[in-house]
This record gives sequence, structure tokens and C-alpha cells, in this order.
Amino acid sequence: MNKIVSYIRSLFLFELFKGLSLTGRYMLTRPFTLEYPEEKAPVSPRFRGLHALRRYPNGEERCIACKLCEAVCPALAITIEAEPRDDGSRRTTRYDIDLFKCIYCGFCEESCPVDSIVETRIYEYHFEERGEQIMTKDKLLAIGDQYEEQLAADRAAQATVR
Amino acid sequence: MTDETITIEVDGCSLEAKAGQMLIEVTDAAGISVPRFCYHKHLSIAANCRMCLVEVEKAPKPLPACATPVADGMKVFTRSPLARAAQKGTMEFLLINHPLDCPICDQGGECELQDVAVGYGGDVSRYTEAKRVVRDEDIGPLIATDMTRCIHCTRCVRFGGEIAGLRELGATGRGEHMRIGVFVEQALNSELSGNVIDLCPVGALTSKPFRFAARSWELIQQDGIAPHDGVGSNVRLHVRRNEVMRVVPKENDAVNQTWISDRDRFSYQGLQTDDRLEVPMLRENGRLREADWDEALQAAARILLDTPEGNLGTLVSPSATLEELFLAGKLTRALGSDSIDHRLRQQDFRGDVADPAMPWLGRRFADIENNEATLIVGSWLRKDQPLLNLRVRQSVLNGGVAMAINPADLDFNYDLDVDVVCKPSEMVQELAGVAAALGASTEGIAVTPDEAHKTAARLLQQAGKGMVLLGSAALMHPDYALLRRLAANIARAAGIEWGSTGFGANDTGAWLAGAVPHRRADGSAGQGKDAKSMLDGPSETLLLLGCEPDADFADPQRTAGALGSAKVIALSSYRSDALLAAADVVLPVATFAETSGTLVNLQGDVQSFVAAITPPGEARPAWKVLRVLGNLVDADGFEHNSSTEVRDELLQLRGQIQPDNTLGESAECPQGFLPAGLQRIGGIPMYGLDAITRRAAALQATPDAWDGTLRLNAATAAGHSIEPGGRVRLVQDGLSVELPVSVDERVPDDCVWLPAAVQESAGLGCSFASVSVEKA
Repeated sequence: MNKIVSYIRSLFLFELFKGLSLTGRYMLTRPFTLEYPEEKAPVSPRFRGLHALRRYPNGEERCIACKLCEAVCPALAITIEAEPRDDGSRRTTRYDIDLFKCIYCGFCEESCPVDSIVETRIYEYHFEERGEQIMTKDKLLAIGDQYEEQLAADRAAQATVR
Repeated sequence: MTDETITIEVDGCSLEAKAGQMLIEVTDAAGISVPRFCYHKHLSIAANCRMCLVEVEKAPKPLPACATPVADGMKVFTRSPLARAAQKGTMEFLLINHPLDCPICDQGGECELQDVAVGYGGDVSRYTEAKRVVRDEDIGPLIATDMTRCIHCTRCVRFGGEIAGLRELGATGRGEHMRIGVFVEQALNSELSGNVIDLCPVGALTSKPFRFAARSWELIQQDGIAPHDGVGSNVRLHVRRNEVMRVVPKENDAVNQTWISDRDRFSYQGLQTDDRLEVPMLRENGRLREADWDEALQAAARILLDTPEGNLGTLVSPSATLEELFLAGKLTRALGSDSIDHRLRQQDFRGDVADPAMPWLGRRFADIENNEATLIVGSWLRKDQPLLNLRVRQSVLNGGVAMAINPADLDFNYDLDVDVVCKPSEMVQELAGVAAALGASTEGIAVTPDEAHKTAARLLQQAGKGMVLLGSAALMHPDYALLRRLAANIARAAGIEWGSTGFGANDTGAWLAGAVPHRRADGSAGQGKDAKSMLDGPSETLLLLGCEPDADFADPQRTAGALGSAKVIALSSYRSDALLAAADVVLPVATFAETSGTLVNLQGDVQSFVAAITPPGEARPAWKVLRVLGNLVDADGFEHNSSTEVRDELLQLRGQIQPDNTLGESAECPQGFLPAGLQRIGGIPMYGLDAITRRAAALQATPDAWDGTLRLNAATAAGHSIEPGGRVRLVQDGLSVELPVSVDERVPDDCVWLPAAVQESAGLGCSFASVSVEKA
């Protein structure tokens, strides 16, 4: 009995039409291939990309040099030096992240008691010279300043689950 | 406390205890942890933090383990529900006012409150009311305050009253309003103030020079020996990225207990200064230029080989390590000279023939606590030797008496039964007076004992245990040989000990290593020139190790002259101007943190240490440099591969030589420094002791650092018609300096006080001398 059914199926090219029907269905739907780099995929608010240092709305840098990120970093990518600033507050004089070492685990962000070090949605960057991979405090603050609106919105969106 | 042994039961384990011991001592010894904040084994029991509450069977309430004496058959539960509830409740109360600022607190990571809160605190705070905020006081350049964090354990207050002897910190107010602070806002004046940083269980008192610099978990701990006084305090160097970040004490009951002086704690700042010497230098056509090691060492070897036999003089720092001193001596002697000396600040070498093989303090530190009488001669012991002073203070608290003969009215943190303040030259008469009252030889000094002498003599005679302690002012005195003989005579007559405090970290070791002209490392006699004659007489070549010509010598002017006319090879860690002006070859060497070595303290303990960091630039450990110099001059016995080999060779040579203060026979030394006219009081300021301390910025900012004025009392000022605040010209042996004047009633009549080892006095001669002043 099975042999007969199989014979009829192959005689009338049943598998072929079944396959072609799928092709036909997709031919009529909208394609979702992205024309990268002209088009970009959506990114989650939890995305862990390039790092940034944030400021408070009044312009004061958030980082207080507690060095928890440096301690928690499993790749030892963070180097911090600190000293009292003129007003007596505790501030970093050096905050370096070596992006060649960084594994983008996000532990630094999680350990930060003041939401200062964050990982942004930026995933497109490259280096042309040795040494450029060291993100200094100035570079990190500049990124933070540039994307503060997005960063603040992302933290707010995740506030209930973090 | 009796020696009766009793048995108690803690958490089901049976423990042996001495009757009268506190419960916490027993649990600590058994390794059972009981949380605590206010208890410290070297301080009195306050029982005010209530953290150590434990349940004791048949007691109606939980009892504090630190203040509960053990009793036979006592049953204690440290983790029972009742004990845990009590501890948790206490913790909650302690955290009510404690700010949640651990991320910016320097204590974070090494905080007792953090640790205990993890074990005993709740997970969520129930407290929603306002927290207490306390204004911070500025208590000087060494200690930073964040008094909002204070949990009122009062360890710092008790330390001040009981150990340091200065009640500078105190508690005012009660309950919620209790504050710890200084009564009048001012810098702490204690030479041991840094210890409150270690004592504070929270971050209320932290180190100011270390403020925000590093986290405890970043630091690598390396044991070391403090190189600034003869106590040889055991310390731990905390290192990060090849930099010493701070120094903390290491417990050693025989040496420093759990304390260290501020000098030992904060001197590390002098290790990283701009004027560290990093490359060898060579004089060519009258100018110093940088050179490589090969070139510099060859040049140094050539100078050494060209020096006629017996014309080499070696001057070594009394704080250099045993290995350095031994190799320096060996090198000098291999070149046919015995002239090596570490007694750079001594002026009087007339007593050398009577020197014992290895002079030392005379009593072990712990024994000093049992002194029934201590006679201090020429020392502000509190500032000169802070940890020795602790022991003397303890002896006074134990019922002993302390007496002093000093060239200024210095404050001690205990009562002196006899306090003689005299002109420097009269110290000899005063000591002779005590000797005469005891019926001992006065060494030819005609003196009639007065009431003070008789009292001192009686107290020394009555004491079964005691000592005469010669301090730095006695060692620098122009009649040191005489003072020393008088001290020995007094000690013999009273049946007590005598000794001297020395200048550096390795005075006792220097004798062992043969860094003196008249005694070689194997104990045989030498025929060299002492430090003074080397600088007086024509020395063709001078080899300097770790000393600065303008600050480390008895007579800076004589030193400058001698260095100017000799070929100078200098092994130094710092680029001091005076050194660079005189040296022909400068070889950069490591400091105490950068070399392995050994220091022998005043009680004869041989303490070795290893390097915590590597030296800056091309600097090398001095023992290696000396070893290579030995090879380059083709001397035998310079084949060591490590500093321990050098030490072991020396200790083998030592044989039966033990610390000993027995003086031999010597010709009578007449008094050379006669009491006439105006006299200069010198001495070394506490933080002018060595090159490293002189460069420690925080120490130089304390009130103990010299303020740059010439001090004299109002009567003397009036007698010489000098106005306080004005400027005067001080003339000493034809040399003069111009200085501002300040009035200081501690200075006796007809004396001016200008210490050695400071910039202001570098243009003058010896620090105890006759001087004159005129208006500038």
C-alpha cells in the first residue's frame, strides 16, 4: 500500500510543488534582508556595545572612583587612578578601558553604584593605530555626552527589571 | 590576674582559660569569632559598642564578651538565637547613622563595619528618618576625618590617653549628640597619631596622604623593616604597580607591638620624588654628565685604584643595610684602608679606644617597660625615638620614675621626677653631679651635687632595674666621650644598665659589619680614621654611601670643604645639590623599599627583608654596586650572588660577638666644650633624620617639622636686644646665617636653638657650639 502511495506522489511531483509553494509564499511577502550599512537592525536597550561615562544633568561627572568596575572586570581591561579633586571630592584622574581586552560582559555597568560606566548601543567602531583601542576618560565622557538622551531612556526603560 | 586555669564551654567546645581573663580573649585565642568594634587588645576595655554580646547560661541578658570575666564552668553561646538577635539588633542601631558612602570611603574593602554588617546586618534598612551629619575638623596633614562615619567606639580616644599619652581626640556630648574631635581645632601633635588610622574600625579617620589613592584590594602586601630609627619596627609595605602606596604596622610584640611612628608610616612619600637619582653620572671636564653603568663603574674603580694606600675614606649612612655596610667595609679594607665610619653626626671620637665590640641599647625594649628608673640624657625621646618612648612611658605607668637632663625644656608625655634643663655644655656638669652623688667617678669634673643630682642618684640607687639612656643630643655633643663615661660610671654605681639610641636604623649593625675604623667585621682591631678625621685630614678619595653632605654630617661646612678637595664617589638615591656639586662619580642606588637587606635594631635583633618594588630608572641595590666595585678593583671575596649570601658570610664572621656595652680603659678626656657665652643647641628635628624623611611632604607639613626660625627665650632675646619676629645674624666660627627669630621659652638662658639637618643650618658648623648673634 505504501509503495503505491509513494509511486503516485512521485509521479505527480508532489514534493516539488510543496517546496515551490513555500518559495511562492515568500516571493509575495516583504523581504527582511537589511541593506547594511544603509539599513540597521533594531537594538535592545540591554545591548552591550561601546562604553561611555555618564554625567549628572547638572554636568557633574558621575564616576566617584570607587573602582568596583576595575575590581569586577574579568578581563582586567579597566585601569583607574584617583585623587581628591580641588573641592575635596573623590574623582578619577585616569579611567582607561582597553577594548582589546574587554569581553563586553557588562559587569562594569552592573557593578557601578552611580550608573556612571555604561555600555551603549554603539557596535560600529574600528581602530587604525595601536593605542587607539584605549578608551580614555575624555573619550568615554564625550561618548556619554553625545548619547546621554538615549542612555537615560534605556536605563529608564530597564529600571523595573534591573 | 592569677595563673589559675579554669575550664569554660563556648558553643559546646571546652576551652581552657586563666581566671580573670575576659571572654573575648579566650574566644580569640581559640579562633572563635565574636564581632567587635571597641575592643582592642592593647587598649582598655570600654564595652561601649555592644557588638560582642553573647549568651551566657544563667545570665538574664546577653553579656558583652569583651567585659565579661570568665568563670569556671561558664557556658557561653556565641551563635545562639538570643546572641544572634542581640548582635543583629546592635548592628541595626550602629548602621542607623552610618552613611551609605562605602564607594567613596577609603576604608571600603578593609572596613570592620562592612565585614561585620555582611555577617550580622539586616538586608534592608528599616530606618527612614534623617541621618546625623557631623562637621569634619582639620586635624593636620596626616589624618583625614569624615566624622559622620564615626560609630563612637572611642578606640582613638583611648589610644591618645593610654598609649600616645596625649589626649588630643575626645568625645563631647552624649547619645545622639556625641562627637569625636579635637577640643580646639588644630593639628594633632602626636608622633604616633597615624596609629588611629589603623585603630578606627570605620572610615572616620583615614590617611590623608593616601586619600582616594588606591583600594585595599589593589595592593600587594610586602613585609619590611622601618629604616628610620633603631627600633626596626616591623611594617608592611602596600604596593601597587611598582609604587609604595602606604605603610602599615606588622605586629611584633618584642619590637613595635602593634604601633609604628608617623615617621615610619608616612616616610614612603619620600620614595617617589622628582629628585630621585635614576642614571649614573660622571664628572668630565668639570661637569657632571649622565653615563652608563659600565662607564661609571670603570671610572669609580679607576679612582679607587689610583688612590694611594690608606688615603681612601668611606662614609656610610647609619641607616644603610648590614650587607651594604659590610661590603663597603670589605671594599675599603681591600684597598688598604681602615677608614670607614657610620658615625657621621658624632663630633667626639676620643673614647674610641674604650669602645666595646658591639654597643647596643643596653636593655631589650620589653624590659624597658619594667624599668624602675630611667635617666634620659640629651634626648627628646618622644620625638627622637617614639617607640622607645612608649616603653619608657609604660615603665612610668608601671610605677617607675623617669628623669631627664636636656639642653631644652622638652615636654614628655609622662612626669619627670627630675627634669634638669641646662646649657648644652653644662650637661657634662649635671651628669657628673649625679655621678658624684652616687659616689662614682666624675672623670675629673669638679662638681658639688645639688638637690636634683641627689634625688636622681637616690632614685637610680633604689631602682633594681633601670637605665641611663644617651640620646641624639648626647651623641652629637662635643664631649660625648665624657658623657658616655659618666653614664657608664653612674650605671655601674647604681647597678643598672646604660645605652644610647643611635642615629639611624642600623647603628648596632654597623658595628657588627665593621663600619667603624677601629673594629673590623671579624672583631679584630683596625687603624683607620674616624668620620671627623677623614673630613679634617687630607683624604684623597671619599666614598659616600647613602648620605647627603649638607644634612647627614656633624659639620656641614667641614664636610663641604673636604668633599671639595677630594675625589668623591657617591652611592646615593637622591640628586641633592650638595652631593652633585662635590661628586666625581654618582651611582644611583635603591632605597629600603627597593633592595633586599638586613637591619640590626638597637636590641640586636637581626631582621632581614626583601625588596617590595624595583628601583626607579637604572638605580641598583647598593650591595650589588659595591660587589661589582669589589670585582673591578680585583679584590677577593666579592662573589656573592644574593644579599643573603653577604649576610650569612658576615654572621659567620660574627662568631661569639654579642651586644655589649662594657667600656674599656681610655685616657681621661678633659671637657672641651666650656660653658661660656651664647651657645647653639642643635640636634636633629624629628623629620630631618634622613634623605627619605626630609622628602616626605606630609611629614614636612606637620608642626613637628622645623619652622625655619632661630628660637631663643624672651630673656636672652632681651639681653641681646633682639626683637621677636625680627631677623638676626647668627655667627658661629666665622660663618654666619641670617634667620628670623621666634621666642620659645623651652630654650634655656643664653642659648639659641637651631637644629642640624635643615636648610637653614647647612652653612654652619657643628650643631652644639658657641655662637654669637647680631641684629641683621
